[in-house]
Parts: sequence; C-alpha cells; structure tokens
Amino acid sequence: MSGVATTLLLIAATGTGALLMALSSRSDRLAARVATPLIFGVLIIAVWEIACRGFGIPRVLLPPPSEIAHALGADRDTLAADFRQTFVRSVIPGWVIGNAAGLGAAILLDRSDFLRRGALPLGSLVAAMPIVGIAPIMVMWFGFDWPSKAAVIVVMTFFPMLVNALAGLAEAGAMERDLMRSYAAGYWSTLLKLRLPAALPFVFNALKLNSTLALIGGIVAEFFGTPIVGMGFRISTEVAKMNLDIVWAEIAIASVLGCASFAVLALIERAATFWHPSFRR
Amino acid sequence: MTRMLPVLTVLAAVTIIWYAAALWMNADQAASLAPEGASQADILRRALDLDRPLLPAPHQVVAEMIDGVFDHPVTSVRSLIYHAGVTAGAAAVGFALALVLGLALAVGIVHVRMLDRSLMPWIIASQTIPVLAIAPMVVVVLGNAGVTGLIPKALIAGWLSFFPITAGMVTGLRAPDPMQRDLMRTYSATGWQVFSRLRWPASMPFLFPALKVAASLSLVGAIVAELPTGAQAGLGARLLTGSYYGQTLQIWAALFMAALLALAAIAMVDLARTLVVRGRGGRL
Repeated sequence: MSGVATTLLLIAATGTGALLMALSSRSDRLAARVATPLIFGVLIIAVWEIACRGFGIPRVLLPPPSEIAHALGADRDTLAADFRQTFVRSVIPGWVIGNAAGLGAAILLDRSDFLRRGALPLGSLVAAMPIVGIAPIMVMWFGFDWPSKAAVIVVMTFFPMLVNALAGLAEAGAMERDLMRSYAAGYWSTLLKLRLPAALPFVFNALKLNSTLALIGGIVAEFFGTPIVGMGFRISTEVAKMNLDIVWAEIAIASVLGCASFAVLALIERAATFWHPSFRR
Repeated sequence: MTRMLPVLTVLAAVTIIWYAAALWMNADQAASLAPEGASQADILRRALDLDRPLLPAPHQVVAEMIDGVFDHPVTSVRSLIYHAGVTAGAAAVGFALALVLGLALAVGIVHVRMLDRSLMPWIIASQTIPVLAIAPMVVVVLGNAGVTGLIPKALIAGWLSFFPITAGMVTGLRAPDPMQRDLMRTYSATGWQVFSRLRWPASMPFLFPALKVAASLSLVGAIVAELPTGAQAGLGARLLTGSYYGQTLQIWAALFMAALLALAAIAMVDLARTLVVRGRGGRL
C-alpha cells in the first residue's frame, strides 16, 4: 500500500518538477541557474525510484535511491572506516606528496632550458598513460596497507602537476622579468614574487585535475589487494556478494568527496588568483 | 635533432637511474639466492637477471615483451598481442561510443538552451565522480544480466571518455564570435548552414586535443574494467594474474604494452588531425 502511495507521490513530484523546469528555463536569474539543474537531479532520482518500484527492476541490478539512503544510515560505521582508510590515509597524503614533488621537480627542471625541453614531452606522454596499472607493483613494494595506495596516487598526480607547473613557470612575460631585473631581484625573489604567482592558474588546474585522479587511484589500487577496509575493497567485495545498496552508498560518498574537493579547490583558486582575467568582471 | 637531443638525454638519465635502482632493490634477493662465497660482481650480475625481481631491469622487461609478442602465435593466451588486442578492441568500441555520445551532447547543449541549463552542471558533476569505481559493478551487474565480453568494458571506456569530447566541443562550437554569427545572419544562412560552415569548422582546433585525452582515458577504462571479470583476457587481466602470482616481469610487460597502446592511440589522433589539416588547405 505504502509502495503505491510513494509511487503516486513521486509521479506528482515529477510532474511539478517538469513544470518548474519549463518555467525556470525562461528566466535568466541566478535562482533559475541553480534551480534548473537541481530540479533535473530530483527528477532523475524520482524516475529512478519509480522505475525500480513500478517496473520491478530486481534490486540486484539497480537498488532504488531510498534503499541506498537507508544503507548510508544503517552501515555508517563501515562507511566511515572505509572513508578514513581510503580518503584520509591514502588519498590526501598521496595527493599532497605527488603535487609537492611535481611542483618541486618543475622548479628544478625549469632552471635548465635543456632539461625542460627534454622533460616536457616525456612528462605529457607519461601523463597520458594508464598509470593505475602500477598498483600491483606498488602493492608488492609497499605492502597491502595504505602506503601502497598513496604511492600509486603520488605517481598518478606527479606528472600532470609537472607538466602544468612547467607551462605555468614559462607564463611570466619577458617584460615583467625585465622589470624584476631592473629592480636587481635575484632568482629566488623573481621566482617567489613573479613567476610562481603567474604560474598559479596552471598549478590550480593541476590540483583540481589531480583531486579526481587521486580519488580514482586510491579506489582502483584497492582492487589489487588491501586490508579488509577501504572504499575500493568494499566496492569490489560487496559487488561479488550482490549487496548493491552499500556499493551505491560508497559511490555516493565518493561522488560527494569528488565534488567537495573540487569545490574547495575552486574556492581557494578564486581567492589566490583573483587577479586572473577569467575571474575579473 | 635539436628537438630530440634533450628528450634522449632525459631518457638516458631515466634508464641509468632505473638500472641503479634495480641493483639496489634486487641485491638482497640476489645475495640470498647466490651460492655460498659468490663474489660481489657475481651477485650484482644475478640482481639484473632474477626470475621474480622486485624491480626488473629495463632489458628484462624488453626481453619479456619480445617473448610475449614474437614467440607465441597471436591466438595463444601467452601472446601479449592477443591480450593487447582484447583491450584495444574494448577501448576502440568505447571510444567510438564516446565520440558519438560526446558530439551529440555537445551539439544539443550548444543549440538547446534548456539542455545547457539542466545537463551541463550534471555532466560536470559526473566527472568528479570516480567513474572507475563503478566499473566492477557495471561489469558484474551486466554479467548477471547475461551481457559479458566486450560490451561492459566498452561501456565503461566510453563513459569515462565522453566528457573531454563534450567539454571540448561545447567550447569549440561556441568559438565563433557574435560578429561571425551576425555575418551568417546577414547571408540569411539556415541553422544547418551556420552549423556546417561556421560552428563545425571553428570547433576543429578543440576537437583533437579532446580526442587525445579521450583516447587515453578509454584505454584506462578498458584496462580497469578487465580487473573484476575474473581475469580472463586483456592487459588488465595480465596485471591482475601477475600480481596474484608475483610475476613482476609479466606485470611490467603488460604495463609497457599498455603504454605502447596509448602511444598508438595518440599517434592515430595525430594522423587524423594531419589529414583534416591537409584537407583544409594546411591549417586547422
């Protein structure tokens, strides 16, 4: 009975959503810009729920959103432990070390034009390769626990940062560099006060790209062997046991983490590179 | 030559560091396997020639690849060409799917305002989701529904790689400035003419970089999608079995084969670009 009621309610919500969407797309205001994608999202979830309940899609194929929400609450201890293992222990350290190493290597290589011209094509080549594949090697070197996952993430994030930072360090114009010379500025003060700030948009680009890469690397590396905790471990074992509600719960957490990291970095970027043309009005 | 020299220097430096690292990391294992009273030089020689080294030396990886490529018929499960072919097939089908979907979405987003408003934020959000994390589920669920083999892998590869194409083409199709669109209006050009003579040609410089990213992503997708299928065929399966049985040489050979595939895919995009440039009289 309650199933039928929910279905009817959801159909009503869908209709209202579609109406609102049609209305809001006519106006240009900020509210409409936020509302349209939101309503679209609610619509998708509603259609998903209706399809699962109404057409009897077996829950081993696709659990309805309500069951995923239930799993998010019921299994929160497991999910929290997985979050700590994957995100706090492997993704964040790996991302920090990889980006720092990439930036450091870029500054070193930048001192020699010869090395820069040698490293740039090789770096962009390696950045295009399926680096997640080194996960089994890292598991062999650093063991099953989080250090091997962090190592995979370090390698995955290193090259995009290297390539972007090298391009960014070349960004400061000849005129600005001449000005720094006329101030009798040395290499380090030119680097700190002119070239690194000028490279920031490129660096942030790499940081944002790497935040997604790091999450992917952390999860996929766990497919190759891990202690019995972690988001990638949970996904691969629960899929085999056909507990798809908890798998979707992990995916929901991973998506929120991905979006949140991206949003935080975008906000920091806005504050740090307020002078850049893309943010100026 | 002046362009190759720095690259070759860096490559040589990497090789030297690699050999040094291989000696350092394998020395313990070589010493434990060497007969009593073996000389230091003998141990070092053994360190570069172990069966299951911690870090194989470059020449060992090359030898393993040559063995895998040339010494077995291409239909054999020991042939690297066979496994590379399985992966490349899934990646290629996925790339084709991504191309169709990516272009269709981009055209829709540029021409229909409601799609732009409702779809674009979700497409961007879908990229912050670790798509690869969903790979095992897609493979297992589709496998239960009776869909196995190439299709689930191609779906994951396509899903992973459509975004760069959509994002690049949305920018590209919007590249013509209002002045140019106004000019088309004064010619009373139809919507189709504006698209085929202005927007599409203007988007080409954005298409090819996007295709390069998409090609390497589709390869990553195909490899990761091979992990949960019980490791039957493909480079991902070679990685997984190699990691189960500690066959480091097999892992490294599969990894280098994947790198070669990525190179080949990028070279093919470059070739397509060259052909388009030639067809358009020498500029993009």
